[in-house]
Amino acid sequence: MSLMKMTALELGRKIKSKEVSAAEAAKAAIAQINAVEKDINSYVTVLDEDVILKRAEQVQKAIDDGGISGPLAGVPVAIKDNMCTEGILTTCSSKILGNFKPTYSSEAVINLERAGAVILGKTNMDEFAMGSTTETSFYGPTKNPWNTGHVPGGSSGGSCAAVAANECFYALGSDTGGSIRQPSSFCGVTGIKPTYGTVSRYGLIAYGSSLDQIGPVAKDVSDCAAILETIASYDKKDSTSVKRDNYDFTGALIDDVKGMKIGIPKDYFGAGLDADVKNAVLKAVDVLKEKGAAVEEFDLSLVEYAIPAYYIIASAEASSNLARFEGVKYGYRTDDYESLHNMMKKTRSEGFGAEVKRRIMLGSFVLSSGYYDAYYIKALRTKALIKRAFEKAFESYDMIIAPAAPTTAPKLGDSLNDPIKMYLGDIYTISVNLAGLPGISVPCGLDRNGLPIGIQFIGNCFEEKKIIQAAYAYEQTREYAECGLC
Amino acid sequence: MANIISDETIEYVGILAKIELSDEEKEQAKKDMGNMLDYIDKLNELDTEGVEPMSHVFPVDNVFREDVVTNGDDREKILSNAPEEKDGAFVVPKTFD
Repeated sequence: MSLMKMTALELGRKIKSKEVSAAEAAKAAIAQINAVEKDINSYVTVLDEDVILKRAEQVQKAIDDGGISGPLAGVPVAIKDNMCTEGILTTCSSKILGNFKPTYSSEAVINLERAGAVILGKTNMDEFAMGSTTETSFYGPTKNPWNTGHVPGGSSGGSCAAVAANECFYALGSDTGGSIRQPSSFCGVTGIKPTYGTVSRYGLIAYGSSLDQIGPVAKDVSDCAAILETIASYDKKDSTSVKRDNYDFTGALIDDVKGMKIGIPKDYFGAGLDADVKNAVLKAVDVLKEKGAAVEEFDLSLVEYAIPAYYIIASAEASSNLARFEGVKYGYRTDDYESLHNMMKKTRSEGFGAEVKRRIMLGSFVLSSGYYDAYYIKALRTKALIKRAFEKAFESYDMIIAPAAPTTAPKLGDSLNDPIKMYLGDIYTISVNLAGLPGISVPCGLDRNGLPIGIQFIGNCFEEKKIIQAAYAYEQTREYAECGLC
Repeated sequence: MANIISDETIEYVGILAKIELSDEEKEQAKKDMGNMLDYIDKLNELDTEGVEPMSHVFPVDNVFREDVVTNGDDREKILSNAPEEKDGAFVVPKTFD
């Protein structure tokens, strides 16, 4: 079996038993990147080979000395380009951060490095994570490894494509409105958006701070559980970080769903849902039923209000968060300017792409005096109602099952002309962020064109273990489908 | 389109957002924002009377710490990212004569 086809945990075990060295694993990943990257464009930055190998040898030594012993020690990883990495270019796929080398690393990355991760590079994304296709990247779109005429989804499209194309063993993504789960579904890989506050946001370049969460992308549920266990931590540097009682996510890798109560929101399976996606998800639900889960349909309600509420809240927060990019402290500065304000205006106008400007302007508008109550406060009230609807559902069910997205991956170029249509693609993922819930997307088949479909398990806050267990039990009934690029 | 964005509004939003748009971009922005507001107005169907606005899903309190410096002196490193720096400071265009 080719080294690159292994899961992160399989490779970690081989490294531990000295069948494979960390350097050999890194070399195999670099070779695969060199072979397919020109067709896929998963990465904005691939580190120099000697830098990667030096780190691999350093980790190998720590493993040999017994200093590092975790299950991911020596395993090569790719990091989404909105997480700060000390001394390594961090662009957010924007022109405005085209030369930015952070002076510190994000907490999630530090946690991974402590566990012996070998970073390969930084993955492509929608600019500042604003988009659902990875086409708004200043550094060119990422292609779907299953069919390079299609998008990988977004905004963590580079991370998901890199995992699917075996250009890394696992990756970190971030999820503000579905940015881990939707591209995971489009690329046929597994991704978790944890409960808000589980993974520190320190060093994650903010988009919508009340919604952003970092999470794992990998080939299977076991990898995701182990990665989440490694990156999750209470962090004083993130004032919204939550101290949890239990971080033992791998303890939930149990092949048993007997007695689990699963709710299927009827409103998620109506108009707009592709027939192949619907069939694949319902077939997966049948599998869980056969394994002993109790499945019931119910009305979640408020589904059509999640996207408008999200775009008000996320854009409002973005307009504030992105005020820091003005050509003074870091990044791009326009060449030709007259005064301070003119310099800042021109820098931002030249440095941001169209979608980012659209959201900053919408955010500025909904926060402006006279509109604040009508839009922003209205959205926050809607959010409270959505949260309540989920709370009510979780009184009756252990988890909710839904598609990760209404369709499979669209063709390149089909989404950007009609922003609202693109936004509607996030209908099954966005309310999970508004309510702070955990969600996991797992591959559950292919459509008529051979493109992957994802099933989403949604849990109540802090109940990752339930959805990990159900997703793991489902996964045991099927083989991991390869895109054939390795 | 129910929401018509005026030239004055887009000009004002440009000031708030510190973004300068070309005439062509302005026309597009007016159209985009109008469409988006039409869509967002869907929320008006919803009765939210008496619902407390929720900014965070969990109750967040102020997080206090002792007033001691914990970060190191990395001025050089920080300034190395600046488009222009001089004598340990960020350089910006002259703001007054």
